[in-house]
Amino acid sequence: MNEAGKQFNIRDYLREYLFPHFLCPGCGHGIALRALLWAIDELDIDKDRLAFVSGIGCSGRLGAYIDANTFHVTHGRPLAFATGLKLARPDLEVIVITGDGDCLAIGGNHLIHACRRNLNITCMMLNNEVYGMTGGQVSPTTSSERYTTTTPYGNHEPVFDACALAEAAGAGMVGREITLQTPGLKDVLRQGLAHEGFSFIEVMSDCTEVFGRKNDLGSSAEMVLTQKASVRPDFLEDAVDQPFRPHQIKTGVLAKNDRPEYAESWRRHIEAMKRERGHA
Amino acid sequence: MPDSAPTKTVNLPGNHACALGAIAAGCRFYAGYPITPSSEVAERMSVELPRVDGVFIQMEDEVASMGAILGASMGGMKVMTATSGPGFSLKQENIGYAAGAEIPCVIVNVMRGGPSTGLPTRPAQADVMQARWGTHGDHPIVVITPDSVPEIYAQTIRAFNLSEQLRVPVVMLYDEALGHLIEQVSLSGSGDIEIANRKWAADPKPEFQPYASGDDLIPEMVRPGDGFRTHTTGLTHAENGFPTQDPELVDQYMRRILDKLEIHNALIESFEAIDTEDADYLVVAFGITARAARRAIKQAREQGVRVGMFRPITLWPFPVAAFESIVGGKHGVLIAEMNAGQLITEIERYRPAGCRVDGLNRIDGETITPRQILNSLRELADNE
Ligand code: SF4
Repeated sequence: MNEAGKQFNIRDYLREYLFPHFLCPGCGHGIALRALLWAIDELDIDKDRLAFVSGIGCSGRLGAYIDANTFHVTHGRPLAFATGLKLARPDLEVIVITGDGDCLAIGGNHLIHACRRNLNITCMMLNNEVYGMTGGQVSPTTSSERYTTTTPYGNHEPVFDACALAEAAGAGMVGREITLQTPGLKDVLRQGLAHEGFSFIEVMSDCTEVFGRKNDLGSSAEMVLTQKASVRPDFLEDAVDQPFRPHQIKTGVLAKNDRPEYAESWRRHIEAMKRERGHA
Repeated sequence: MPDSAPTKTVNLPGNHACALGAIAAGCRFYAGYPITPSSEVAERMSVELPRVDGVFIQMEDEVASMGAILGASMGGMKVMTATSGPGFSLKQENIGYAAGAEIPCVIVNVMRGGPSTGLPTRPAQADVMQARWGTHGDHPIVVITPDSVPEIYAQTIRAFNLSEQLRVPVVMLYDEALGHLIEQVSLSGSGDIEIANRKWAADPKPEFQPYASGDDLIPEMVRPGDGFRTHTTGLTHAENGFPTQDPELVDQYMRRILDKLEIHNALIESFEAIDTEDADYLVVAFGITARAARRAIKQAREQGVRVGMFRPITLWPFPVAAFESIVGGKHGVLIAEMNAGQLITEIERYRPAGCRVDGLNRIDGETITPRQILNSLRELADNE
């Protein structure tokens, strides 16, 4: 229920005339989109003020289905585009939807600098460990030994921990969640949207059709259950009876800081300059 | 003009004139990345923009600065970035996005020599073809080549006007020598500059088609927040803004974005013709080389060879009609350019029968001198 007391209805936020959508049956991206729109609904953000910027890949195609101001830009560049948009229009709620390839490979440089600047943008990265749209090639987050169309003998490269990267680069808020915990994911996204600064949220999604099939990971339901078994939610932080195991992936809100937001500090800086020079 | 700021005459390097022209044109957002010999454009913008409530940002790379200006442009601002060869290469990806999604923006390329890192501090004119064809696929683009500091100022203003009116990326193309040359510029008072703005759509209606246009082939633009809630994509799209592969709609879209420049050619075309009427020979030169040519044609006339000059100011689309009307009946054309022969290929396409075409090319990081042009002209006249 949102603040106006209305029940969340995803259809209020979709361009249904574009249906059927392109996602494969069982794809986790649809659940992530639902959680994002749910969080937006709870925060009662006006659709006219919502701007979604997405890059290339299966993640990038989600934006078109949202009934808002949507920008589908070049591969890896949604954060760069969003930086310009947000600086030009601080009144907009700017949200980036990206994928592991878009954000960590071709767009990696933009990610670290977006974290460092701490401009008030929310970035949702859908991590499905693979380049799904191009047919299933290895990505910077593909788990070791996994098969993809470009790792026919199994992946031998180490995996990027996107959240650790974002935190180290200074992101205002960092979170991670699996799609199975949809309400939990909604809450993390909601915190990200509400945070004054750059929020980076990694969604552990599942590419059933391409990655799952190639690696014999079973149905979508089986894939998300495997994910569930591999994570360690933040609310178990102090649970003595469930000790943390090093192979577990932490979920929930992983980091938060109150570094000054970029646009705000720029404005303050300029105003101070103007006062000093007497032409305020 | 009681209300407008008075016209001021100042000495400025070309790169500063470019920045001030941008501010005068209404540019309020600049994103860039340092690169020689264009950095002074960014430096001056970083001083000027805060004074007019604009935004300056130095991005993490050239790709990002191009991306950022497109985001700001879609937010409703007039935007610019500046770079040089290596950076211009990196910007091509998003220049294509701007051409395809029809996002107004101005890109300054202060040319330096050589492929790759080349000659960072030496002038060249070797990005003629890159400026036209740097990004992939058939696409519309306008390229402007000033030949003096005052013209950099005036043409930067015009670049914004064209970009905003036609929804097309406009490239300001000049070389290192002009970028660092200091000349007197009279900065127009605010009242006497002609400023064109993009065409904004009025009230949001549910049936609004963001890429539908009237006879002018230019769709109206919308600002996020105004209630239109449209989609923008680099994918080939239908009039509703959403991707399509329907051959008919693809064809319609491709032809419209290309034809829009053609039907607005009167607005875009600009050139200078000096002493061309009675001339037997023509020098074609642009930018810094045109300055040497100006002197060379005078000297040639003193020696009894009747020469004129055709200087494209709008380099792309090449002012074909103007050139053809001038070149008719000439015995020979000399194309002087600081590259291995790029503009000459375009000139050869429009060469009248019986007209000899020679190239004078300098690729050593130095500018072409009047003497070199004069010698080439004599050779052209002797061998014709
Ligand atoms: S290819 Fe994979 S990621 Fe893409 S829609 Fe299908 S299941 Fe989802």
